[in-house]
Amino acid sequence: MKNIKVLGTGCPNCKQLESMVRKAVEASGTEAVVEKVEDIEEIMSYNILSTPALVIDEEVKCSGRIPSQEEIQSLIA
Amino acid sequence: MSNTASSLKPFSSSSARRIALLGGAVAVWAGLYTHLEFFADQSIVMTGLAEESALAEALHFFIYEVPKVLLLLTAVVYVMGIIHTYVSPERTRTLLSGKRTGIGNMMAAGLGVLTPFCSCSAIPLFIGFLQAGVPLGVTFSFLIAAPMVNEIALALLFGMFGWKIATLYMVMGLTIAIVSGIIIGKLGLEHLLEAWVQKLQNSQTSTGHSLPQFSWDQRMDEAISHVRSIVGKVWLYIVIGVGVGAGIHGYVPQDFMAMLMGKEIWWSVPAAVLIGVPMYSNAAGILPVVQALLGKGAALGTVMAFMMSVIALSLPEMIILRKVLKPQLIALFAGIVALGIIIVGFAFNLVL
Repeated sequence: MKNIKVLGTGCPNCKQLESMVRKAVEASGTEAVVEKVEDIEEIMSYNILSTPALVIDEEVKCSGRIPSQEEIQSLIA
Repeated sequence: MSNTASSLKPFSSSSARRIALLGGAVAVWAGLYTHLEFFADQSIVMTGLAEESALAEALHFFIYEVPKVLLLLTAVVYVMGIIHTYVSPERTRTLLSGKRTGIGNMMAAGLGVLTPFCSCSAIPLFIGFLQAGVPLGVTFSFLIAAPMVNEIALALLFGMFGWKIATLYMVMGLTIAIVSGIIIGKLGLEHLLEAWVQKLQNSQTSTGHSLPQFSWDQRMDEAISHVRSIVGKVWLYIVIGVGVGAGIHGYVPQDFMAMLMGKEIWWSVPAAVLIGVPMYSNAAGILPVVQALLGKGAALGTVMAFMMSVIALSLPEMIILRKVLKPQLIALFAGIVALGIIIVGFAFNLVL
């Protein structure tokens, strides 16, 4: 069971990343919980500088950009 | 010095294709850009309108400006997309951490222009900088320069006003960012940060994860996707903005704006800033209108001050900043930047 978090304060970019992640999870059939983190103090605890960020099992995979659907797919797999 | 043949060798065939595509795109771009006047003239001739009529003038303005601004924007955003693969916020933070007042502020303002920045990242960036020991004043220099001197504003200024005014705008914007940051730094306002932020200051030594190493193929792909997202987002603003501008251009009487925003009316600069600060728009929407106003006798300094205050300071941004700054600091920040913009506006009106 993977734990996936999308960090972002709620701008369009973060929402887009969240929906892409959900799509990727569905497509790959991986068992995962997708969570959107909007609390700024919690976001800062991941030591990132720009949003949106993608965290998989508490490890920051990317931040400050929206990766392509394929990249997300391979990160999740 | 390497010649073309040898420098191309290490690339794969997909790189060769990319470079060929890029070359083709540059050629088409240049072809279009150099023939804009011709296309606009021809289109007007085809409509059969009298050349001197208001409608023909408005139409000509529209047909000429929209493709011109879009072409310039695409080119500038592409180049910035490439630059962004070299300058990440993480790298900028490392460069700025522990820098002294003065040199640190200058670097911060310069890097603010080059580092990818979106206003929704303002808070994480602000805190992240302070955590890594970037001084408060230096952080502010970055935060002021990043939105004010952005690629979209520069591309549009260059397209509509020429390189002199674009450069002047950039120099003035950087100066405001540097001086405001120095002042905020000297005032020692750390106690006006929210308590949880104060606790985080200088708390961390690790630099976090950094940008992946890009190959040239990836850099070009990143730049293309940057163009897609930026131009895709602002093209409509440009079309609407130029549309309004075209209306002003064709139908508002000459020198109409001189009464309201002319050089002789001294209070027009502070008034423009007061109106501009709470407004929230991007450069793409505001610039075409600004250009049209200028054509009707508004003074450059007044118009420039209006634009700067719209882009650099906005109500939504201040509401976001409220999460990390106490109200007094937000007021000081807005006040210092607004004052800087007013001074620049007066200076422009005096000199030009």
